[in-house]
Amino acid sequence: MAARAMWKGKLKIGATRVPVDLYSAVVDKTVHFHILEEKTKERVKQHMVDPSTGEEVAAEDIQKGYEVEPGTFVILTGEELESLEPEASREIEITHFVPSTRIEPEWYERPYYLGPDGDSGAYFALAEALNNQQKEGVARWVMRKKQYVGALRVEGDYLLLVTMRHAEEVVSTEDLPSPGGRDLDRKEVKMATQLVEALAGEFDPADFKDEYRERVMEFIDKKAKGKTTRLHAVKSKRTTSSLTSALERSLKTLKKEKKAA
Amino acid sequence: MPVYLFPAYRNTRASLRMLGPDGVPLSRRYYSQKSGRDLKDEDMIRGYETDKGKYVIVTDEELDRLAPEKSRDIDLRKFIERDSIPPLYFERSYFLTPAGNTQKAYNLLARTMEELKRVGIAAFVMRGKEYLVAILAENGILRAETLRFADELRTPAEIGLPKKAKIKQAKVKQFERLIKSHSKARPSKAETKDLETGRVVKLAKKKLSRKKDVVEVEIEKRAEGNVVDIMDVLKKSIAAKR
Repeated sequence: MAARAMWKGKLKIGATRVPVDLYSAVVDKTVHFHILEEKTKERVKQHMVDPSTGEEVAAEDIQKGYEVEPGTFVILTGEELESLEPEASREIEITHFVPSTRIEPEWYERPYYLGPDGDSGAYFALAEALNNQQKEGVARWVMRKKQYVGALRVEGDYLLLVTMRHAEEVVSTEDLPSPGGRDLDRKEVKMATQLVEALAGEFDPADFKDEYRERVMEFIDKKAKGKTTRLHAVKSKRTTSSLTSALERSLKTLKKEKKAA
Repeated sequence: MPVYLFPAYRNTRASLRMLGPDGVPLSRRYYSQKSGRDLKDEDMIRGYETDKGKYVIVTDEELDRLAPEKSRDIDLRKFIERDSIPPLYFERSYFLTPAGNTQKAYNLLARTMEELKRVGIAAFVMRGKEYLVAILAENGILRAETLRFADELRTPAEIGLPKKAKIKQAKVKQFERLIKSHSKARPSKAETKDLETGRVVKLAKKKLSRKKDVVEVEIEKRAEGNVVDIMDVLKKSIAAKR
C-alpha cells in the first residue's frame, strides 16, 4: 500500500524550483506500554498541579514561562508566542551544497524520502546531478510552524531530506581536549590492527535485528494467552586486567570461530 | 574495557515551563480515573494493550530478564569502512570516555580505528532498549552513534514512489551547474543555527529588562533543577585520566 505524503513543498535552488512530496522514512517499531492504575487496571490520566498545594490547575489558567535564569521566569502570552512563529512557507531552500561525506553523523536526526510532485523529470534529474557531483545540499524550511535545517541527499535513485540538529546543539570532538596517556606499545598496536582487520566486513543492516524487542513481543503474546514463561537471570561477564592478554584472548577466540565456521 | 557514555548534545531548545495563575511552576501528576486521586509511582503498572481496553501487565523485572545476557557490553563484532553507513541509519550520538584504568586500551582502539578508517559495529542494551551502534574514532575520542534497525526504515518501493523516469541529460547538466555555483567546501554553521529559540530568548530578555511579566520562584521549591553542562562533564571525564 502506497503511503500518503505528510507534506508538500518545493525545493528551491537559486531561482529553480522542484515540487516534492515528503514521506517519513522511519517506522515506529517501539513497543508502547500504557501506564495503568494497579488497583483498577485502568489507564491513568494526567493533569497539572500546583506542587505546594496539590491543587489542580485548569488548562485555561495555565501560562507559559521562559526561565531566563534559575528561579526567574518571564511569562510569554499566547499572542506573543504566535508572533514568534516562523512564517508559513512551502519552500525548502537549499542554501549551499557540500561534498557528500562532509556532514558528520552526529548532525543527522530524522530521514524523509522526497517523491516527485508532478514534474518527475526535474526530480530525477536533480537526484542524478547530486549523485554525479557527490554532493549534498544544506536546506532550510518551515513545516508545521517549526523551522527545520536539513540535508538533501541521494539514496539510490531518490532524494532524501534528513533533518539536522542545530549548530548550538551539537558538541563536536573539536570542542573537547584530546585524551592523554602514554605512548602506545608497538606490539599492542600491531595486535589491535590485526584484530580490527580480522573483523573487517561490510555494513549489512539485515544482519542485525532488535532481538530484545522481538523477545518482549513474544513474551507479551504468551502472557496474553495465559502461558507462563521461565525467564533466565542475567549473567555478568568477567573482566581482565591486562590489555595484552585481553587482546590475545580476542584474537584466539576469533581464530577458533573462523576454524569452526 | 569499561567506558562512560555521554550524550553529544547540549539541550539548547527554549523549553517553556507551565506556570499557574500566580506564576508558580506546575508539576505533571498522574491520577486515577475512578477515584480522581493522584497516584504514587508504586500505585502504577505498565500494560501492553492487546485489544481495546485489554492489557497484558509487564513488570520491570520481567523486562530486565528479557534483556540479553551481555546487556552492559558493547560487543564489537565487525569493523566496516567509515563512510559506508547510509546517513538515514544515524539516530543519536554519544561520546565514550574511559572509565577506571582503561586509558591505554581506549587510546589503542581509537588510534587503530582512526588509522584504518574503520568503524566498529555492535549491539547492546541500554535502559530497556536494544541498540545497534557504530563506534567511531575522531581526534582520539571514541563516539557511539546509535543506528536504526533495517525494519525501522521504509524503502521507496514500500512508500510507493514511482520508478525512475526517463530524463534529459541536458536537464541533469543544468542541475549540475546549479549545484556547482552554490557549492562550499564545508557546511556553514550560520545556516544551521536555531533562529526560533533565539527569538524566544530575545523577547523574554526584553520583557525582563522592562520588568514585565517576571516571576521569581524560590529555587529549593522546584522539583527539577540540576542543569548539568555536558561540556563540563565531558572535559572533566577526559581530563581526569591524563
